[in-house]
Amino acid sequence: MCQGVLDKSNNNDRGGGIIGRRVGIEVSLAIAEVVGLADADVVAAYPITPQTHIVEHLAELVANGELDAQYIPVESEHSAMSACLGASAAGARTFTATAGQGLELMHEVLYVASSMRLPVVMTVVNRALSSPLSVWGDHSDAMSVRDTGWIQIFVENGQEAVDNVLCAFRIAEDPRVLLPVMVHLDGFHLSHMIEPMLLPERDEVEKFLPKNDYPLPLRPDKPVAMGDFAPPIIYTETKKAQEINIRASKEVILQCWNEFGNSFHRYYHPVECYQCEDADVLLLTMGSFSETAMMAIDKMRQEGRGVGLLKLRLWRPFPFKEIRQAVKNAEVLIVLDRALSFGGPGGPVCSEIRSALHNEEKKPKVISFVGGLGGREITVAGFEYIVNRGIEISQTGSEQEFELFGVRE
Amino acid sequence: MTKPENEITWKDLNIGSIVTEPGNASQYQTGDWRSQRPILDNSKCIKCGICYIFCPEGCVEQNPDGYFEANLFYCKGCGICARECWTRAITMIEEVE
Repeated sequence: MCQGVLDKSNNNDRGGGIIGRRVGIEVSLAIAEVVGLADADVVAAYPITPQTHIVEHLAELVANGELDAQYIPVESEHSAMSACLGASAAGARTFTATAGQGLELMHEVLYVASSMRLPVVMTVVNRALSSPLSVWGDHSDAMSVRDTGWIQIFVENGQEAVDNVLCAFRIAEDPRVLLPVMVHLDGFHLSHMIEPMLLPERDEVEKFLPKNDYPLPLRPDKPVAMGDFAPPIIYTETKKAQEINIRASKEVILQCWNEFGNSFHRYYHPVECYQCEDADVLLLTMGSFSETAMMAIDKMRQEGRGVGLLKLRLWRPFPFKEIRQAVKNAEVLIVLDRALSFGGPGGPVCSEIRSALHNEEKKPKVISFVGGLGGREITVAGFEYIVNRGIEISQTGSEQEFELFGVRE
Repeated sequence: MTKPENEITWKDLNIGSIVTEPGNASQYQTGDWRSQRPILDNSKCIKCGICYIFCPEGCVEQNPDGYFEANLFYCKGCGICARECWTRAITMIEEVE
């Protein structure tokens, strides 16, 4: 097993006993609960499907006096993120949530958050983009904000969502990081699912999550200026600093996940492997579809096939080292994207993986599939088809950059 | 800033390029954007101050003799003062040097 890569097939029993209380709860509500346990100071949000239940429940917690926070019901997502910037700049622990079109409306402000190094935490409940209007899930929204300088973490189920929201506060506010973090969970498949999960107790959260101590907050007695003007003579230096900063954040992310594991007995890694030992063929997925893909892998393993699954959790900063390590012994790597780069290489995730492997001496053939758009399901049989068709393409080649799975011709 | 801008490296910047020295924008020489400069003809100037009011840069100052002059460290050469001047006392000339 390589560093930073967890093989879950060997790690089903993580041991150490249960920390927290076991509850059956809708994932969105659980996220709101954990934001409450993290004692957020400011929530500024605008409701949008399929994210609405998160901020609705946070509004309830504030209205009921269960969470001592300022809840700002803004008139748009652009304002939501702008309000979050102000709150975070003043040193408040700040949370928001959005999805799809809402994330698009925030777009320009997202760059400001990361460039000003403001540790805002946001859950993005992944949703397809209009038009035609779709409230259902895919990763088009997440991929469109890939270059905004946020840390982006994908989760597979409700427990992972809750755990990573808690980790997101600690990562974002770490004085070595001070960057905003998005936790991506798939719309409906996760957000509206009622799951059994472990919610931490308040004292456990307090032990794990230090107080937010932003080093240069907006304070009348010690004025600072944020987001100033930078002429050409200095702008490049500001971007270099930002790039160094987000790359360096990976070490802190790894450390946070490790310490989370030590405290709560669930460990997270940038790239996670399922049945990857001795696999010639690897499938790579992100988010909730990994659960179905694991079932397909199990079935094919039972049939004696040498297949395994890679689950990409950390999207930014991109885990180059871990990806290269995880795929180096495979012959074929089949990447499923839930987003489409029109007129480009097809799937954005596959494109980045190809780029990461391009100069490696030993690397698998990389085959790109795009599917699961706008909430379209991919079943176990679907993943079996993708693996089989991917192997076929790896042998025969294809004139297409990618294959659109399940489309009716 | 402690260093001239052209010597600042990325390592010198505060987190998020936050500026902790209040008012240091006054060190920024906006005058080097200029392609034209205003020239005042004192014999036509009636010291009304309309140029002072209209200057978008706020760089026009009244001198001890009561005339209004642009501070060329900041003047961007937009020519609004010349256009607004009642008596045509200000003309814009090309920066040639």
